Amino acid sequence: MQAYLIFALKRFIQLVAVVVLGCSVAFFVAHLSPVSAVDTIILQVTGRSSSSPEAINQLRATLTELFGLNVPLWQQYLHFLSRLAFFDFGPSLIAFPTPAINVVMLALPWTVGLLTVAVIITWVLGNIAGGLAGYFQNSRLLKAFGIIAIGIQPIPYYIVAFLLVILFGFVWPVLPISGGFAMDVTQDWTWQFALSVVHYAILPASALVLVGIGTWFLGMRALVSNIITEDYVTYAELAGVRQDRIVGSYVIRNALVPQLTSLAMSLGGIFSGTVITEQVFAYPGLGSLLIRAVNGGDSSIVLAISCISIMAVAGAIFIIDLIHPLIDPRVRTE
Amino acid sequence: MFAVLRGLVRYNAEFTIGAILVGLVIVFSLLSYVSPVDPSAVYRVPPDQAPSLQYWFGTNSRGQDMWWQLSFAFRNSLSFGLTVAVVSRIISIVIGLAAGYLGGWADRVLMFFNDIFVAIPIFPILILFYFVMKSNLNSFSLALLMACFGWPYDARLIRSVALGLRYREFTRQAVFAGMSPVRIMWQEHLPYIMPIVFATTMSNMIWSIGLEVTLAVLGFTNLNIPTIGTTLYWANNHSALVVGTWWWIAIPVAIVVLLFLGLFLLAVSLNEYIDPRSRLRRMGA
Amino acid sequence: MADILTVDRLKAYYLMNYYGVSREVRAVDDVTMSVRQNEIYGIAGESSSGKTSFIKVLAAAVRPPLKVVDGGVVYRFGDRTIDVSRARPAEIEAIRWKNLSYIMQGSMSVLNPVRRIEHIFEDFAARPLGLRGTALRAQVTEHLGRLQLGPEVLRAYPHELSGGMRQRVTIGLATICNPQMIIADEPTTALDVVVQKDVLSLIRKLQAEMGSSVIFVTHDMAVHANMADRVGIVYAGRLIEEAPTRTLFVAPKHPYTAHLVASLPRIGDTTRRPALDGRPPNLANPPSGCRFHPRCPLAIDKCRTNVPPLVEVAPQQRSACWRWQDVVPLPGSISGSRVEAHA
Repeated sequence: MQAYLIFALKRFIQLVAVVVLGCSVAFFVAHLSPVSAVDTIILQVTGRSSSSPEAINQLRATLTELFGLNVPLWQQYLHFLSRLAFFDFGPSLIAFPTPAINVVMLALPWTVGLLTVAVIITWVLGNIAGGLAGYFQNSRLLKAFGIIAIGIQPIPYYIVAFLLVILFGFVWPVLPISGGFAMDVTQDWTWQFALSVVHYAILPASALVLVGIGTWFLGMRALVSNIITEDYVTYAELAGVRQDRIVGSYVIRNALVPQLTSLAMSLGGIFSGTVITEQVFAYPGLGSLLIRAVNGGDSSIVLAISCISIMAVAGAIFIIDLIHPLIDPRVRTE
Repeated sequence: MFAVLRGLVRYNAEFTIGAILVGLVIVFSLLSYVSPVDPSAVYRVPPDQAPSLQYWFGTNSRGQDMWWQLSFAFRNSLSFGLTVAVVSRIISIVIGLAAGYLGGWADRVLMFFNDIFVAIPIFPILILFYFVMKSNLNSFSLALLMACFGWPYDARLIRSVALGLRYREFTRQAVFAGMSPVRIMWQEHLPYIMPIVFATTMSNMIWSIGLEVTLAVLGFTNLNIPTIGTTLYWANNHSALVVGTWWWIAIPVAIVVLLFLGLFLLAVSLNEYIDPRSRLRRMGA
Repeated sequence: MADILTVDRLKAYYLMNYYGVSREVRAVDDVTMSVRQNEIYGIAGESSSGKTSFIKVLAAAVRPPLKVVDGGVVYRFGDRTIDVSRARPAEIEAIRWKNLSYIMQGSMSVLNPVRRIEHIFEDFAARPLGLRGTALRAQVTEHLGRLQLGPEVLRAYPHELSGGMRQRVTIGLATICNPQMIIADEPTTALDVVVQKDVLSLIRKLQAEMGSSVIFVTHDMAVHANMADRVGIVYAGRLIEEAPTRTLFVAPKHPYTAHLVASLPRIGDTTRRPALDGRPPNLANPPSGCRFHPRCPLAIDKCRTNVPPLVEVAPQQRSACWRWQDVVPLPGSISGSRVEAHA
């Protein structure tokens, strides 16, 4: 037990280091932007009405202080780090003066929900199908599944999402292709709302699942094909152990361990795929928000989303790392 | 080596199909070198013409001949993908070999960096860079940026192979003979790594071209350079599907799918060829 | 006593077709032998002599590219007779582990690394024994006790046990159902000599208690001298000599066997031993006639053209050599008085 706690502590320190480093990189990149938030707001304000130069200067001074731009860069960096712990990214631009973090928090649950459901479905289904395909190598059904998976797998997320839009938006319009929930439903903890959310999530989730499942299927199939040549599988088959026991506890169980590691390594890529899918389906998640922020020159939100996604991905990897020793008894003694 | 290729072509269907697909696309993109039209010129030919004998791939709403447009687009995208692949291979080989062979603190530090890069989702960072550099983000700098994110997975792979090689007899003999670590890594270990490198190059190209398409479709790259992604962007911009110029989207998508399929088949067949255990499975009464 | 195993003109080849190159590796080429009840039969031979493929067929573990091309492998378990080279999978499942078990080479990796020992026993033994739960656990604990393993082993994972303990667990797995035939494939290779002695005496003890037959495969002649009642020598896919252990060491009737038994070193013995020329043949393209003839010091023309049959040359001793009468023990062999009968 103690070894596990020490292991968890080491991983946690690594998590913190990764987050701090990643967000710092994001910070410095964001502050290279030639677009000044202050100038943009002033342009907006003066564009609507005329004001005296003194008023504009005062506005500029206030805004500069608000955005923390009146101190040298290294001080801004320290401020940034200290506020990072409280998730304070300053005011947003496209929804000024709402704090950036509030805007992000509105969109975050949608993305997290979509991602979690899609990833769990793809990983579980893909691995089970791939495991069966790797063990029962003569099954025609599984071989056909494999060919379909090979066919879909290289297609980029965007194109699959687009094809789904065409298919279900124009050719056979049975599913909603835009938005997070129906327009006549209020956002509340009701069954109606929940059902509507599920209804609108079907297509975006399907896009993610279709593209992702092929990867896990093929990887698992290759892994299992190697595991069945291992001594302990041969021995169990020699002994007449029940086939479902061999497939479950001897083959797939051993293959899950490296697949879990692969899941951790690929979370970053899955996140990118989600962003683009959201854009295509106008799903109110971080993806759509990010693009709106970029087009609106809102560096606070862009920075906020970058940091939040770094934290989310690094956090998910941390959780998977913690699960790892629970599944693989050989790691426990390290 | 030719005997190996010949054997692969004759008996490995996946390799043959993959090679044919990729080869076709490469030939198509090389045609751009003899193109009579300037890719950035617009409104030179009648717009919105369906594919016909005169315009094999039709024309788009911007008055460009799709055949030559796409040829340039694929040439740019392919060279982009190749650049990313080459640069990230170099980084991953250097880091993987060094970490695996040197071990100790060097290994720990390098793997720490590796883990950091794995944890950072590339997409927000790319968008961040675009946000900052706007139209200054040309193909080459984007390629370098993506290469910086494309190495972690493969560096780990190479590292594990290098770890195994470190304890082999021929490595110890080289060390006893006084070879410097750099020479050992370059002369003795590199040939073991190359097969992995070739196989991962294909996956890397799929990844980088896919990411470039994604960015361009959102409008986040230099839109004047014809690439696969920018073609789709302009098609969207002109509401190609609604207007009815379906070939503007369908043809590039179809060719991209074929290209990716080809690269994928090549990667899979090379992987299988290299792995000795899969050879045993292929033999069989 | 009746024969528990009869092998009749068995031929098992590896049939391979890879990238247009076709190969037929004749791993087991026309082998006829039998094993009695309550007997330890040793199979000796060099690496790539075909002995591993042979026992794969005996253990009903034939998988492509290995294929039984001809012949039969018949087991007689009490009232049940079964030819495992052509029986249906369901019939083979019925005898697995209950009547026929297998001790595999390499204790390192035969146990599922993510499963506790007690669950592995449950996987293997519950069905043949017809027990589960506490009853099964009780029997397993008692059986492990006979192998000098305490009950704490049950809750452990394989990697938590030492190599010797793992090997004893494997032996326990193979013997818990009291099978009438146990096939042991190099169970002591890769173990140090102290553990080897333990394992061997364990197998002997269990065999005596259970009255089962054991087919013991190893290239180590010293182990055969210690364990086997009869020994069969395999060379290039063929059985070339078979005799009771003592007879084999004292009066071999095949040139290859003579060299093999002479190779055993003993403390204080400084005799120079003649080495054999050449290398074991390639089973994809074996020599014509007697497969040993390129290396044989007694070879004549007939050996190159005609395959010598395995014939009885003395009571219980068979040899496949045209010149068996001219075979004499080589310098360095164990003299008659030194071979002790095992307990």
